[in-house]
Amino acid sequence: MTTPPLSAGIAGIGFWARGLPSWQDACAYLADGTRPAGAPRRPSPQLLAPNERRRAPDTVAVALEVALAACDAAGRDPATLSSVFASTHGDLDITDYMCGILASQPRSLSPTRFHNSVHNAAAGYWTIGAGAMAPATAISAYDASFAQGLLEALAQLATGTEAVLLVACDGEASGPLAQVSPSEGLLGAALLLVRDPASGMPRVRVGMEELSAGDVSLDGPLSLLLSGNAMAPLLPLFEALALRRTHAMLGAGNGQALRIAIAHE
Amino acid sequence: MPALAIRAYTATTALGHGRDAQANALDDRRSGLRRNDFGGDGRLDCWIGRVDGLEQAPLPTTLAEWECRNNRLAWLALQQDDLMAAIAAVVARHGAARVAVVVGTSTSSIGATEEAYARLSEENGEYHFPPDLDRPLIHTPHSLGAFVQQATGLRGPCVTVATACSSSAKVFAQAARLIQAGLADAALVGGVDTLCGSVLFGFNALKLVSTEPCMPFDARRDGLSLGEAGGFAVLERNDSGDPAGLHLRGYGESSDAHHMSAPHPQGLGAKLAMGDALARSGIEAGEVGYLNLHGTATPANDAIEAQAVAGIFPASLHASSTKGWTGHTLGAAGIVESVFALLSLERGLLPGTLNSNVPDPACGAQIRFDNARRDIRYAMNNSFGFGGNNASLVFGRA
Repeated sequence: MTTPPLSAGIAGIGFWARGLPSWQDACAYLADGTRPAGAPRRPSPQLLAPNERRRAPDTVAVALEVALAACDAAGRDPATLSSVFASTHGDLDITDYMCGILASQPRSLSPTRFHNSVHNAAAGYWTIGAGAMAPATAISAYDASFAQGLLEALAQLATGTEAVLLVACDGEASGPLAQVSPSEGLLGAALLLVRDPASGMPRVRVGMEELSAGDVSLDGPLSLLLSGNAMAPLLPLFEALALRRTHAMLGAGNGQALRIAIAHE
Repeated sequence: MPALAIRAYTATTALGHGRDAQANALDDRRSGLRRNDFGGDGRLDCWIGRVDGLEQAPLPTTLAEWECRNNRLAWLALQQDDLMAAIAAVVARHGAARVAVVVGTSTSSIGATEEAYARLSEENGEYHFPPDLDRPLIHTPHSLGAFVQQATGLRGPCVTVATACSSSAKVFAQAARLIQAGLADAALVGGVDTLCGSVLFGFNALKLVSTEPCMPFDARRDGLSLGEAGGFAVLERNDSGDPAGLHLRGYGESSDAHHMSAPHPQGLGAKLAMGDALARSGIEAGEVGYLNLHGTATPANDAIEAQAVAGIFPASLHASSTKGWTGHTLGAAGIVESVFALLSLERGLLPGTLNSNVPDPACGAQIRFDNARRDIRYAMNNSFGFGGNNASLVFGRA
């Protein structure tokens, strides 16, 4: 049974992957296959103080980077925005560390790494760095994490919130955990969604429906390049945005899918 | 916001399985805390809220692939208080695809991952999980949401909220939005968190754990006691089915924007969340009969929360923390303490603050140590998490 569609304007986009450290780089890659030389291994999010910038987990660094990029692209003050953070696994490096230290020297567990291990670490660092007292949430829905994050963001817009920042990321798996929670590289993407689209802004209409075989295609150039990352399921939407396609499908979990109609300008 | 009907609610904690066990222990002033007996040698010297019976309660064989302590507690909690019948009723009215699953947790089933790391086998220089734990879905945060969806057969939007100690309060807000936006007609909300090395040694590393049973708002308080719990509620749009006796009337959410593990010193985020919840409910602060505080018994949280409360509510408000009964159940605290707020509405039972005796002058007249009996119309619950993530809920009696 389909649901009535929810809609939003996309005021700003952020993107970061190893080899494609910005939305502009991702668009150029989709246009002609080029990649910038010397791309960094991890971003350097300006919203954090220099010490924290170095010490923040990879997933926090990429989440803050793309979140700020989306705000800058939209010309919006981060402090004013409600936010939704989605991640399949959270920070796998910290989970590997936690389980390893608990198996060997539990009383040596680092307090900083512990408070960084919460699934909402990126949301916490973002609201602190941005000075944002607006609500923030952190969710997972396994391979449908971005799709469910998008539904929560759209539900906020439909119930009185004017603008919502949606941020998604997953990082590289370490240690034995990699065998059950595989994920390669570092990938982050963000959308600044608004209730009242301005002219010139891409607009999406999103409905939920039963998933049919072949609905969701993961063979686009970004999907193929970044397929090893657990957050790859969001790539069909970003490819559609970059290539000005009018349509994208995302898996929403348990045999459901999001059908996304896109109007550019 | 339009009120949402509450069709069922339940909690399973160190106090026992289901609502009656909770209410009896609250009424009897009987704590569920015990000296820590979780884990092997080298366990920490502290008090915990442990749920009895999980070790003897494996999952049904049809759900064997989900086996782990956290999902056992989820299953146990689902079986209480006719919750499954309430789920069946909303499915009959709306269809399974129109019932969402929004559940909260902080560590999900990381306890199973911890066990796997303690039992690694080595082959050619590579370390492997033991075969009985080589099940990917229990080693990821969405283990809880995915299990609950499988166990109930629900097919609406399904998400695991993991915002530390506010998780299973935020689930009420997120479910309310899904319903109001037309993405669902009903929702199973709740949360589960279980004792594990991560939380015991993690909070210990932050020096936030007391060696004694926690004493929220007591002048001598020196830290929290950890607990495990599971709980659920069924929400439905108010124009379906028979008139409900209990409602979700509103929610408020905010961020402290201050520090990852310390609250905003002036309680600004807490005030925003509580004020927002009242505004969304369309009621005045003076109409609230009972407020279940976050009240973790850390020196910082309690003083700041008490001041924030004193800034909003009249002295006549009965506010308390129930963490002396159950311990701090982290990602399950939101649902457990919402259940206590709903019990206060349904039964006129207003819990005090167990284990606490010496009032802290910094904490205002709203903070109550003794139980009270009074019929009330509105009750609230505060849940504040790491990263400064705040949620406040308002429930009402018809």
